[in-house]
Amino acid sequence: MNETAATVTAGSKGKAEAPVRQKADEPHFIRIEGVTKRFGTFTAVSDVNLEIRKGEIFSLLGGSGCGKTTLLRMLAGFEEPTKGRIYIDGQDMTDLPAYERPVNMMFQSYALFPHMTVEKNVAYGLKHEKMTAAGRQDRVREMLALVQLTEFSHRKPHQISGGQRQRVALARALARQPKLLLLDEPLAALDKKLREHTQFELMDIQDKTGTTFIVVTHDQEEAMTLSSRLAVMDKGQIRQIGTATDVYEYPNSKFVAGFIGSINLFDARVTSVGAETAKVEVPELGGEIEARAIDGLEAGQGISMAVRPEKIVLSRQKPKSGNAVAGVVRDLAYFGKDSLYRVATGTGRVISVSSVNARRVGEAERVADWEDEVWFSFDPSAAILLKE
Amino acid sequence: MRQRPVFLITMLCFGFAFFYIPILSMMVYSFNGSRLATVWGGFSVKWYVSLLSNRQILKAVMLSLQIAVTSATFATILGTMAGIAIARFKTFRGRTLFSGLITAPLVMPEVITGIASLMLFILMAEYIGWPAQRGVTTVTLAHITFSMVFVSTIVHSRLVQTDDSIEEAAMDLGSRPWQVMKDITLPVISPAIVSGWLLAFTISLDDVVITNFTTGPGTTTLPILIWSKVKLGVTPDVNALATIMVCIVGIGITIAGIILTRAEKRRDLDAQLAYQANK
Amino acid sequence: MSPSHHDTPLERWFHRRGWIRITIGTPYLWLIFFFLLPFIIVLAMSFATRTPTAPPFSFGGENPVLNFAHYQRLFSDDLYIRAYLTSVANAAFATFLCLLIGYPMALGLTRVSRSWRNVLLMLVILPFWTSFLLRVYAWMGLMGSNSWFNKLLTSIYNGIVPADWALRYIPMMNTNFAVILVTVYSYLPFMILPLYANLEKLDFSLNEAAMDLGSRPFRVFRDVTLPLSVPGIIAGSMLVFIPASGELIIPSLVGSSSRPMIGRVIADEFTSARSWPMASAVAIALLVLLVVPLMIYTYYDAKSYEKQREEA
Repeated sequence: MNETAATVTAGSKGKAEAPVRQKADEPHFIRIEGVTKRFGTFTAVSDVNLEIRKGEIFSLLGGSGCGKTTLLRMLAGFEEPTKGRIYIDGQDMTDLPAYERPVNMMFQSYALFPHMTVEKNVAYGLKHEKMTAAGRQDRVREMLALVQLTEFSHRKPHQISGGQRQRVALARALARQPKLLLLDEPLAALDKKLREHTQFELMDIQDKTGTTFIVVTHDQEEAMTLSSRLAVMDKGQIRQIGTATDVYEYPNSKFVAGFIGSINLFDARVTSVGAETAKVEVPELGGEIEARAIDGLEAGQGISMAVRPEKIVLSRQKPKSGNAVAGVVRDLAYFGKDSLYRVATGTGRVISVSSVNARRVGEAERVADWEDEVWFSFDPSAAILLKE
Repeated sequence: MRQRPVFLITMLCFGFAFFYIPILSMMVYSFNGSRLATVWGGFSVKWYVSLLSNRQILKAVMLSLQIAVTSATFATILGTMAGIAIARFKTFRGRTLFSGLITAPLVMPEVITGIASLMLFILMAEYIGWPAQRGVTTVTLAHITFSMVFVSTIVHSRLVQTDDSIEEAAMDLGSRPWQVMKDITLPVISPAIVSGWLLAFTISLDDVVITNFTTGPGTTTLPILIWSKVKLGVTPDVNALATIMVCIVGIGITIAGIILTRAEKRRDLDAQLAYQANK
Repeated sequence: MSPSHHDTPLERWFHRRGWIRITIGTPYLWLIFFFLLPFIIVLAMSFATRTPTAPPFSFGGENPVLNFAHYQRLFSDDLYIRAYLTSVANAAFATFLCLLIGYPMALGLTRVSRSWRNVLLMLVILPFWTSFLLRVYAWMGLMGSNSWFNKLLTSIYNGIVPADWALRYIPMMNTNFAVILVTVYSYLPFMILPLYANLEKLDFSLNEAAMDLGSRPFRVFRDVTLPLSVPGIIAGSMLVFIPASGELIIPSLVGSSSRPMIGRVIADEFTSARSWPMASAVAIALLVLLVVPLMIYTYYDAKSYEKQREEA
């Protein structure tokens, strides 16, 4: 799927997109070509190719040890790639040390200089720029205003709160007006409430400055809300690149499907292939399921079928259309805005079904209760076929 | 409820009595009028008076201070470099030997360090011709060597406790490695450097064994002078000298303690500020 | 725009690698020359032959290039074996006593209020900063046969024992007992401080959990505090044992001259007997004695650094 098409598809599904300032046919602002990093015998990053547009918020998403931080550190200039090149704005950056790159980083620990005030921290990067003293002062003031820390400018880092420290780190990194800002787990150290608020603040600041952001995170929700596009990484490799919608609704592998959100995954075998849909035999569901077809399917082929919990509907009566399977409610958890059901099929397989509590009803009136016999069903478009 | 640890408090009292009774006894006897150091002969300050007019002791004090300041300064420079090297550079050729070299002198018995240094200096004089004679130079060189590892230990342990991404952050903000060292690393570890210098200074000022081996004729530091006096037994003027030294150290430690307590109070206040900033 | 365009090649070298090389190289070369080289000299010297020349040794000539005679003497002359055993016994006994006194003190320090704790810690450190020599000297004043302390102990002793065992004074100076006592006194801070550092980090809620599960205070100590403080015990013990076994000042001032410790033997061989090779051989023997405790200490030291790094 080419990227222009991906944006259109995503847009039509109602997902708010960060404005993309560069058209897809322009040369890519950041190009990572065949980058590999080995530490001794361990390969941290393996042959990564990535192109990032100007003004994007791009996320590198993955578990710990997947190579995302190493990739970020190579962009910053702290690690040298074993193989491959890195270009920023058409310039080859691969051999430049960190202090000569137009790139700045916001560290996971914020790395504020403990012996300098907030103001001095923000001004530090400017002392290497050719600027007048007044110009420097103006820039610092502007940055502090941007992150709303003007009144704390004379405090030292240990005299302000965690959220404020994060904003100092951001202001300090942006003060040099870098072509690229790297953010290493920018929200990890904040508590949950502050994290949501800060997420939007980050997007707002990115919008104001137009700087290209690359965010490293292990938190999929963070990646999905923040970024215009994201790359899912595993074992030093990129598994999928796309918009949040792409990777959530159209995962290209079992790994990506399982990593982003929760999913019910089944072994299946293709029985027949149609134009729009294909039929697959799913032993654990005790029958044939109709699913959206993907390229290169052949009858008889072994495959995986996946379906997200929120795309499954529970009902007392057998629904008239869609894939329907009978089961028994084994467990249910009420979360307020939605409920999670664990339903066992006749073969003993337990699947997860999540249903939004759209109406206000008491316990007696809910769709199903413990040990109720129910039907669960899903549309063929909800069934994802995965070859790997 | 936490019980009052009666046994532990008793042990603390006993321990501190053990620590301080000998010192207090020595201080009291420094005011003894009698020539016999252990028999009380009335209150007198005559030993202090004779001490202050003793040119030999004053000369030894000046020499000790000179050696201590020089060696502490060089030891601090070398020890800081060594501490940074071992804490920040994870891979370089010979790192294992290096880390051995900066810990071994800490635990090497002084007698061995002493005769080893002496043999080195004699052989150097024999084959290189420098230092031609044993004296201030050789003592200072030996002091630098064994006190620099104390400095490097202090600097190292301070560095492993600080976030090393602040150095990367400075580099990321355009500072070259040397500027990072000057702007970030050195200011952050400056308390460790100061206490390293003080420790090196004290170690040098206090050293008997290594100085005894590496010194030459005419170079008598204060500990060497005391050493030669106490080998002959207890004398009242050494009591007086010891009292003065204990008082100087006591005042120094008290000042350091007040500074530390202040710093602790400031930290509490800062934490409060940070908490209020949240609102 | 990038600053590299203005750099001379020398500056570029300095910024890329030079400063790292200088930072590592300077202390490295210093220690190789002034610490490793002398040590190698000691090792080589132990195989040399004593000659009446200046410097008083030779390799080869009429003598064997590698002379093992000094090592043979170490085992044949019982002066050395006795010195060796006296050193180990004194150091081990002193270490044990330091632990016995120091452990409850360190534990006590963690249980008093914060303001008291700072004052008491200062009082532990204070003797540590005063002259080592003067601390030994202070005991010389107390142990002498005419001192108030000796008289006090003598009268207590005479009050307890039968009249015909009575003493005019207790002979304390120039005994092994004096060496051990003064060693304990001088090295006690080395035991208390690492123990305190270790005990202070222990989570008191562990004790509370143990009490909550029904343990009485002594059992809590035995089952929780003691096992968790093993690293501190080892660090403290090594910091006392290692220097105490090579101690020179204490046995010279208060020890018995008929039973010298190994440090004194090395010094005497070197200065009085002027036998560099023999002194070197005894020094090597002392180091062999210390290899095991040194390895234990380095192992725990490295581990504690790793932990600190993780915490940071």
